Order: sequence, then structure tokens, then C-alpha cells
Amino acid sequence: MTTQKPKRAAKSRRQFLADTARTACGVGVAGLVLGLMAKQARSLPPTALRPPGAGTEDSFLGACIRCGLCVRDCPYPTLSLAELGDPVPVGTPYFVARKAPCEMCDDIPCVAACPTGALDPALTDIDKSRMGLAVLIDEETCLNFLGLRCDVCYRVCPVIDKAITLERSHNVRTGHHAVFIPTVHSEHCTGCGKCERSCVLEEAAIKVMPLALAKGQIGGHYRLGWKEKEKAGHELVPGLFDMPDRLPGGQP
Amino acid sequence: MNGLEKPGAAAVKERGWISAHKWLLARRLVQAGVLGLFLLGPLAGVWIVKGNLAASLTLDVLPLTDPYVFLQTLLAGQAVKTTALLGAVIVLAFYVLVGGRTYCSWVCPINPVTDLAHWLRARLGLKGGVQFTRRARYWLLAMTLAVAWITGSVAWELVNPVSMVFRGLVFGLGFAWTVILAVFLFDLFVSNRGWCGHLCPVGAFYGLLGTASLVRISAKRRSACDDCMDCFAVCPEPQVINPALKGADKGVSPVIRFSACTNCGRCIDVCAKDVFGFTTRFNSKEIDSDTPGEAPALRDAA
Repeated sequence: MTTQKPKRAAKSRRQFLADTARTACGVGVAGLVLGLMAKQARSLPPTALRPPGAGTEDSFLGACIRCGLCVRDCPYPTLSLAELGDPVPVGTPYFVARKAPCEMCDDIPCVAACPTGALDPALTDIDKSRMGLAVLIDEETCLNFLGLRCDVCYRVCPVIDKAITLERSHNVRTGHHAVFIPTVHSEHCTGCGKCERSCVLEEAAIKVMPLALAKGQIGGHYRLGWKEKEKAGHELVPGLFDMPDRLPGGQP
Repeated sequence: MNGLEKPGAAAVKERGWISAHKWLLARRLVQAGVLGLFLLGPLAGVWIVKGNLAASLTLDVLPLTDPYVFLQTLLAGQAVKTTALLGAVIVLAFYVLVGGRTYCSWVCPINPVTDLAHWLRARLGLKGGVQFTRRARYWLLAMTLAVAWITGSVAWELVNPVSMVFRGLVFGLGFAWTVILAVFLFDLFVSNRGWCGHLCPVGAFYGLLGTASLVRISAKRRSACDDCMDCFAVCPEPQVINPALKGADKGVSPVIRFSACTNCGRCIDVCAKDVFGFTTRFNSKEIDSDTPGEAPALRDAA
């Protein structure tokens, strides 16, 4: 009897450790799967745009609690909550520009409705929102590139003449007409998606992309000579002399 | 239970069907009512409540936030607006008072699903299956919080059946019906009371909230217990009953103080002897079984 008691204790301790290890490992595996899912969930499809003020996808997925209040307060059929099976993390708000663009309400009701601040309450001027960036992605089908005056993307842009301008250049095909190239300026484009929505083609030639995808970034160490010269107010390397330009065909 | 009779049959004979199901009916009514309030907006254009169980706005003034999801966003490292904080505090205070897992049996949309699975399991006489430890849910709870912290995202909400189903019903289900089906089949064939009783981290979280809750069930007339076992048969967390019901000799209070108790009231419904009742955690008073007004036991005659 005296030896039996410690034995039983040892057995139950072993049992306890085995049970604990089993639960811990099972839950650990579940956690691993969940963690990997969370990582994968960050790869938002480029057609899905977040509401104004959403910030980066990483921070948004940490702050959004999937309540849908932004969707409820959106006065247009723009925002929807991702359902299970959609390519967007379930329960998060998004819109597809080609289906329904952001109408850029002055009072930004979606941002006001967000209880967590996942849609940044500091955003009070809708023109400052950056939901994405329009890119004239297909020059081969854009009617303006073909020499026509479609101009629809330019006309519908809420920040007309700033976010999209028409840049005139020579029509090389006809030799004596002009083409008016819709040109997006990232410092003013809000990514609302109206241009993509109203592009008259079967498939839009101008598309709103997530900022990270659409925007290039110049190397931090790059110096643009002409700007440096302007800043300094004089030649950066004094005494440089200009060599004569050689023009094609031996022209002077 | 006499082996053949369904649990609660004696109570039905004693008090009639309605009275022997009144807490069950009340719960179903509240569950449907909560869902109905949220659906009133999208279906009828009457916006009393907006949002879903994760966060909502009632009558444009009262914010409510699920404290569990809120905690995950905090752990994910996101600064959070006061609206959500206020909402979480209100919900927190409510469940600390009425019992955390009251959420499980009175609000959660998965509860009718797993209750149905349990009912069908008993009806079909399905036995066995995988048994998890009831502590697994606390492990899972810790895991979901850890993953939120490590990944910096509200990862659990990618799979959480509770919020997914409710949100689905209010905003559009998508494939969330497969999740309902999965939980149902899991509880029916794989593990008895598997999801709500053993695994669900939402329930674990709310259970922890209710550790010191005021509203509790008491086996106040435990001396009248005739060991029919009906309460054990219907209770989703049967381990919580025994100490209170059978602890008279050991001087244990008749109040069920376990946080795992969901305050569903099924034990009150099915008891022909009227042993159980809602009370506060401080009311350890017992009612003598000879107290006048108690109905005589008719079940033996029947």
C-alpha cells in the first residue's frame, strides 16, 4: 500500500503530461494553420479596393473587426462585405471599381461609421483618400491612344484636370492630327474608380490598382541633376562645358 | 430518465409541455429576436440595430462591441477608436453581470445548430465518437490570441463560425452555410457536444468573463431530487451540476458557480421536482422539499 500510492501518482502525472502534450500539439497545429491562413489572407486581389482611409492591407486586417457598419452607412451600392468563398478575407469591406466605384461623399460616412478606426478618422477630406491609383494599363485599346476623342475617364474624374489630364501630342499614324493622352497624376488620384467604371471599352483600358502595385518608387539615393541645380541656384559642377549634340542624318 | 422516456417527460406530465419548455422557448425567442433586430434593417428598412455581433450601433447612439474580437485587434497592435472601446466595455459589463456564457445559450447563432445536433444524436441513439478535453477551448482561446499577436491580424475571424454565421445571415451568407453544416455534422457524428462544449474559444472567452457573474442557477430544492438524471441528460455542461446538486452533505452551496454553466435553464425545464431555479450567486438559501406549494410527484402514478 505504501508503494502503491507514489506509483499511482506517477502514473497520473504521466497521464497528465501526455494529455497536456496532446492538447498543446493539437492546438499548436491549429494555430499554425490559422497563422498561415492569416498570412495568405493579405494577398488581396488587385480588383478589390478598400474603403477610404483603410491604410495598408496589413494594418487594416489587424484593425477591422468585420462589423459591416461602413457598408451599412455607404449610401451607394459600392461597399460590400466579403462573404465566405469570395477572394477577399471574409467579413471585410471592399468594392470593385468596375462594378460600383466610390462616389466620394463629402462627409465620408463609411469612415465616420467605423467603430475601431480601421478606416482612419483623421481622413476628413475625401480628396485626400488613397484607395488605389488609376493606371492607363492598355494603350493598345484606349480610344484616345488610337486618336479618337473619347475622353470619358477624364470627364468623369472627380478631381478633373488634376488627377487626370489630357496631354496633347502628335498623331504619328496620320501624320497630321493630334492625340490626347489621358494621364494620371498620383499626387491627386484618390483611387475612387470612376474612370475604370466608365471606360467605354468591353474591358476597361484604365484600371484602379492598389497603390503598392501601381506606384513605382525612385531609389532614395537618386539625385535628379536638374532639380539639384534648381535647388542650389547654380551649376553643381562649375566649369563643365557642353559638347555639341550629334543629330541624326548629319543635320547641323 | 427511466431509460426509455425522453429527458423531461416527467416534467411535461407534471407541469404541461409549455411550462416544461419555458426556458427553452424563451431562449429561442431571444435568439430569434436578436437576429430579427439585425435583420429588420436590411429586410424591412427599419434601422434599429446596424452591424452584427462583432460591433453594432443601436438607435444611432448605443455602440456595442464584441470584447473578444476587440481584444484581438488590440493584440494585433492596432490603436483603436473610443467608440469600439466603449462598446466593448458595455458588453463586458453586461456579461460579467449576467454570466458570460449566457451569450452562448441566449445569443449565439451556433447554439440552435449544436442543440439540434445533440437532440438528433440522442434520437438516433448515436454513441461514442471523439472526446476532447473541455479544457481544449481555453487552449484554443490562448492560441487565437497568440496568432492575433504574432500575425498582427484578427486571424480567428477568418474561420470563426460564430461571427461568420451571424454576419452571413445579416449581410449575405456566401458559403458560410457550409460552416453551419460542418459544425452540425461534427457535433452529430464526430464529437458529442464537441463544438460548444469543448472547442469553441468564443465560449471559453465569455466563460472567463462570467467567472464571478451575479445571475446563476441554484439547485435550491436539491433535497427533492429523485436522481432521475434528466438534468444531466439535457445539460450542455453536465459536469457543473453535480457539486451543487449532490453537495449538501459536504456543505457545498446549491448555487452552480461554474463559469462553464451557460444559464440556459434547461435543467429548470426538465426537472419534475422543481429543483432548479435562477437566482444570484450570493443566494445559497435552500428551499425545503416539504414546502407547501410543491406539486406531488405524479410520475410514479403515470
